[in-house]
Amino acid sequence: MTDDTDIKISIRNLYKIFGTDPQAMMEHVRNGIGKPDLLEEYGHVLGLQDINIDIRAGQITVIMGLSGSGKSTLIRHVNRLIDPTAGEVIVNGEDVLAYGEARLAELRQNTMSMVFQKFALFPHHTVLNNAGMSRRVRGESAQIADREGQKWLERVGLAGYEEHYPGQLSGGMQQRVGIARALSSDSEIMLMDEAFSALDPLIRTDMQDLLLELQRELHKTIVFITHDLDEALKLADHLVILKDGAVIQQGEPQDILLHPNDDYIIDFISDINRARVLRVGSVMEKTDRPGDGLSGEVDVAQNLESVIAVSGGDTNLHYRVMQDGQQVGLLHMRDLVRALVPVEAADPARRVA
Amino acid sequence: MAVYDGLFRVTGLEGWCSSGGPNEGPLTMAELIARANGTQVEGAPAPSVPLMETPFPSLDTLNKSCSSIPRSRDMTQAVEEGFLAIKDPLKVILDPLTQPLSWMLDLSLDGFQATPWFIMIPLLVVIAWFSTRKIGVTVLVALSFLFMAFIDFYDDAISTLSIIFVCTIISVLLGVPIGIAMSRSDTMQRMTIPVLDMLQTLPTFVYLIPLIFLFSVTESKLYGIAIILYAIVPVIRLTDLGIRLVDKDVIEAADAFGMSNRQKLWGVQVPLALPNIMAGINQTIMMSLAMVVIASLVSAPGLGVKVLAGIRNLELGVGLVAGFSIVLLAVILDRSTKAALGRIDSSVRQ
Repeated sequence: MTDDTDIKISIRNLYKIFGTDPQAMMEHVRNGIGKPDLLEEYGHVLGLQDINIDIRAGQITVIMGLSGSGKSTLIRHVNRLIDPTAGEVIVNGEDVLAYGEARLAELRQNTMSMVFQKFALFPHHTVLNNAGMSRRVRGESAQIADREGQKWLERVGLAGYEEHYPGQLSGGMQQRVGIARALSSDSEIMLMDEAFSALDPLIRTDMQDLLLELQRELHKTIVFITHDLDEALKLADHLVILKDGAVIQQGEPQDILLHPNDDYIIDFISDINRARVLRVGSVMEKTDRPGDGLSGEVDVAQNLESVIAVSGGDTNLHYRVMQDGQQVGLLHMRDLVRALVPVEAADPARRVA
Repeated sequence: MAVYDGLFRVTGLEGWCSSGGPNEGPLTMAELIARANGTQVEGAPAPSVPLMETPFPSLDTLNKSCSSIPRSRDMTQAVEEGFLAIKDPLKVILDPLTQPLSWMLDLSLDGFQATPWFIMIPLLVVIAWFSTRKIGVTVLVALSFLFMAFIDFYDDAISTLSIIFVCTIISVLLGVPIGIAMSRSDTMQRMTIPVLDMLQTLPTFVYLIPLIFLFSVTESKLYGIAIILYAIVPVIRLTDLGIRLVDKDVIEAADAFGMSNRQKLWGVQVPLALPNIMAGINQTIMMSLAMVVIASLVSAPGLGVKVLAGIRNLELGVGLVAGFSIVLLAVILDRSTKAALGRIDSSVRQ
């Protein structure tokens, strides 16, 4: 991850407690009471605790966790569908929590758009009206709304369905409308709350590809919530793993995969196909020495599976790793094979205090 | 001497009791009978009462032992006096407020009656066609009105229809906003529901009693108010319910796109609640029809008058035919509104 990209959204020391008197509970929480104890002793639910995340412009930040981990609660703090008990949410350098109603509406209309797990389209409007909804809400003319709606419907592959109603479309198509609706607002930030979780696996893969394709072109700041690790690894530039309302690790997905710092994450990643997810850049030796006995060149972004196919499974080979026509390192097949073995115990040095 | 004498002796209230003096209010039925029989209630030697026949210590029973305690007749008298006392100030406020209702009812009645049958019946048929788009319902409407006209019940039916027309419009104009307010505030809902429950459970005749005292029987608003109070309940309830039942996810989406409360209400909540609101309007129409018959007791014109005549004058045939006409009217109103509702449902396409 490079440091020169701008931080678009910054979440600082965010807490959310559900219950009758959350403010009074803050003191107990700051004193270190755990989630089960808070529930048992005071009847309050600790939804989120001490969340600190920087979300960079133009990247897909994936927040992953199982159900109940607070990920949907967290994303709703960004556009303040839920207000936090304590902490800050800073968008474009401004504290969103200080916003009044009018300024908040403006933020939601212009700066952010959202895609929902259950699509949440307006069933009484046509697909075209749904797609142009964000423009209409802003008070722009029907012409602009229809033009933008039409443009994005075509972009997500729904041309010809303009006059249908959402109830007449399949789940995958409805979510395409949901994405078109979010895109037509031309907002810089897109919040996606388990956007593909309700779809069946093949359509989900299609939608992920669609999202990546759109992202290559549009460079939006996307916050994506999911409970599916494969999806998270496929989409994420920055991965945040949430458990019981707390961040347990965040960073580049490749890095988390190679250096998990928690047993929970080790369990999590033990089942995935590492050869397909890990990339050459993550396991190579970073060097510009020419090296000898090289068998060929591989690209830094290639996944290990493809390198294994090229090498024919021979572990004695070495490759030159190239990026944009320049050598960035050497790949030793021995390292590659070692990286395929799931990490047994986390490196203590990497554990965050 | 009476059964509970001992109670007042023990509690030392005898002095207070005797200070009440003799009863001055109207006589109770028991006293009247006693007087007619020549036996004196007061001062009569107390017959020993067996334990199993001990009377409940009600107002009347206690009064026999202690004249300071009012009899139940005095209590109802006091309620009546209390009501009569607030009647005049209440009238000053309510009279001008409800006057437009009289005008609307009279105007509509005149209008419906002044329109000749050969315009009115085709007009109703056309309305039925355009609101339902169903041939069956339209033919039913045409046949029903032709039948009622043929048996000389046309004027009564059209008067009844006119009253329902006005009362339903007012019920919707008042009921939908109340329902919306209820759906937006839990406090408002908690406060309104007991009132609605009361309006629905109160026997319909009971509405009429205070209304007769408040307004003159010759004013049409008297029956207008009775009908509206009775018929407004379902449209309020179903508006509230309909808006509360709108999918939470859709509301969240509306919020996430920065809709204002007004945009959300008129652009999302009310359109999505429309099937429920229409079901409420259908119920409101049916309940106004039920009430318009009872309201004929307080001079509401229409088919109810014929039913009433059937009862009063023992004209069995008139009463039965009028009753059948009411059923006919109910059926066509119900079918037309249900068919119109069906069209709205399919246009929402959930």
